[in-house]
Parts: sequence; C-alpha cells; structure tokens
Amino acid sequence: MKDSNYSKVNNSRRAFLSKTAIASSSAVTIAIAPGVLLSEVHAQTAHASQGASISTKADDEAVSSKNRWGMLIDTAKCASGCTGCVDACNEEHGLVGNNRPETDTQYIRKVHLKNKTTGHELSLPLMCQHCETAPCVDVCPTGASFTRKDGIVLVDKHICIGCRYCMMACPYKARSLVHEKVTNQTLSSPRGKGTVESCTMCVTRVDKGGIPACVEACTAENHNAMIFGDLNDPDSAISIELKNRGGKQLRPDLALNTGVRYQGL
Amino acid sequence: MIKLLRLLFVFTGFILVSTSALLGTAVADTPFPTVHLPADESLKCIQPADEMRRNHMNYIMHQRDITVHDGIRTEPDSLSGCIDCHVEPRVESSGKEGEIASFKSNEHFCTSCHQYAAVQIDCFQCHADRPQKYIKRSYHTSSLKNQLQQAMTATAEVEQ
Repeated sequence: MKDSNYSKVNNSRRAFLSKTAIASSSAVTIAIAPGVLLSEVHAQTAHASQGASISTKADDEAVSSKNRWGMLIDTAKCASGCTGCVDACNEEHGLVGNNRPETDTQYIRKVHLKNKTTGHELSLPLMCQHCETAPCVDVCPTGASFTRKDGIVLVDKHICIGCRYCMMACPYKARSLVHEKVTNQTLSSPRGKGTVESCTMCVTRVDKGGIPACVEACTAENHNAMIFGDLNDPDSAISIELKNRGGKQLRPDLALNTGVRYQGL
Repeated sequence: MIKLLRLLFVFTGFILVSTSALLGTAVADTPFPTVHLPADESLKCIQPADEMRRNHMNYIMHQRDITVHDGIRTEPDSLSGCIDCHVEPRVESSGKEGEIASFKSNEHFCTSCHQYAAVQIDCFQCHADRPQKYIKRSYHTSSLKNQLQQAMTATAEVEQ
C-alpha cells in the first residue's frame, strides 16, 4: 500500500511536469502571462461544458467542470415565518447550537428585508453563495478553502488551521468557526473545534445524485421557493427558469459569479 | 593506568547492557491491547489483519483526499467503514446492550492500540467515534425558530 501510494504520487507528478513542458513549448495560448493564462483556460472549460449532459457522475468518477451546481431562490415564494430550510440544514449537518447566537454555527440565515420607502418586505435564505471566484479561496493561506471542480465551495478541514481569514473575506458572512468541542457528528458533516465551515450544498447528497436538504424541505413545505440544479446544462429546471425569468446575484458589483441566484430582489 | 581505564570501560559497558536487558523484559511484560472484533463473525475486514495493523493510516489518508476533493464516495477504505464494524456497545452481564466507549476510553477500538503505541489520534476531533445508528440527536429547532422570530420582531420595531 505504502509503496503503491508513492509510485502513484510520482506518476501524477511526472505526468504534470511533462504536460507543462509540452504546453509551454508548443501551445500559443499557454505561453502568455499567468493572469491571462488562467482566464484563457477558464474560458475554454466554460465553453466546453455548454451542452454537456446533465447526468450526474458515476459513483466512482471524480467531479468535473461538466457540472456547475447552483441554486435559484424565489423570494416571492419564501414565507417570512418559515424556517424549514434552516431546520432541515441543522438536522442534516448535526448543527446543534450552544445557545450562544454570537458564535453558534449557521449554514443558512433567514434574512428579513424591508424597503423603508415603499414598505415592501421580503424574506430570503442566505447561505454560502458558492462563488466561482471566491474571496475565501483567494485568502486562504493553507489551501483548505477550495472550489470543487463542479463549483461547490468547501473547506478541507484536514488542512484548515482556523485562522478565519476566509470569514473576514466573505462578503455574505456565510462562514462560521466551530468554537467548541463537537461529538457525534453526522456522516455528511464531520466538524470539529478550530475549523471554519459553511454551507456545503450538501455535497454528500449531490455526489449521490440527490438535492440539498434545504431545497428538499422547502419543496416539502410546499413553498417551492428553491430550485437546485446544474447551471451548465441548458435543459435543467434551474437554467430554464433563469432564462425565462432571470435571477440576480447578491452584490453583483463584486463580479464573483455566484452559484446561488435570487429572484424578486 | 591504561589497564585501569580499560577495566572501567568494560565495566560501564557491562552495566549498560544489563540495564537494556532489564528494560527489554519490561517492554515484553506490557500487555498487548485487546482488539475488538465485530460480534458478527461473518464480517470480514477489507484486508488481512497484519496489513491493516501496519498500513490502515495510508488507506484512510488516501480515501480522505479523493473524497473531499473529488467527491468519490465509493471506496471501501473509509474511516466510517472501520467504525461501523469495530465500535459496538458493551455487552452487559445481563446480555443487554450497554454504552459505547468513547474514543477517550481505552476500551474504544482505535484508542486501545493507539495508546499502546503512544500515537496521538486526531480523527475524532471532527469525525464521530461511533456508528451513526447509535447516535441519537435532539434538535432545538423550536428554540431556533423562537430566536428567529424574536430577532425579526426586533428588526421590525427598529425599522418602524
């Protein structure tokens, strides 16, 4: 086992090095400044993924940029007194509070907004927006905060040192630090003191072809305010709805290309 | 003079050898940890015991990275796989199921060996130390709901 692991690492490293060598010597697109290179590569993958099949990956297949998971929230359908999504989230991830709202972990917050001029009120769930260019990933000193290839932003808690730079960088206040010892965690959300965490878009469910717990709860409550789906697939429910009625990003000025979109803001 | 020094040298060597021999017997006397085998004898480990004893950490480490980063959740070498078989409730003298030993206790499957080998175990700072089926959770969702309601009324009052 040990030996095979080492040889595996060596092989991938070798493959990477040889690819890089070939790319830098022959391909024109790669032989430019690093900043340009990034956007070039990104543009290619985004283009290639258009029209890719929706079908979720096989269980033993690694996630890829074929999919970009996202959520669309219709604020007109979100009921102001309902906390169905928050409760479902707490249950799914075993988020038991210590009755200290200042520091207790919240993956989803229900936010109530009121326009003072018109008196118009609306309520919406606010969670990690799963940005394509996530500020939390930019600032992470250890690489613990990362964007999965299918667009889900996660914390690798094996690497997280709990410095909380990501919490400061996040414009949506989506992340929490675990302040106290945790036991009896769920399988979907191993979590422990001194690491940062946030909405995972229920990766364990998504990897098995399921939908996030909050979306499921919202549908079960018959509010149907949340749609989950593949933004890269033009035929998915979320893409069709976005095409027909549109959806806004929160803080679009930051140009983060969020995976979570809102209607009726 | 040289003779005396040589004698001293031999004597020191003799003392050193005899102490290490004594220490050796002390190590041999330390009881080997009792490893918990699943009550269901039809269950088989993914690898022979010798292999697991020496290399289990490599299996788990490999699994951990491909799970978190690549979303591959089919590999059998998962920590929860170990826990599901090896951590069981104590059997009381009455034959009933007792409590489950926590990872802090020597009775826990992982801790029994790790304590013997003096290797610190970090997994359970984040992962559950027992199978999910033995975990009962109570959610204070209603109190959360109340907190939310209170917060919302508070905001509304401020705005008015």
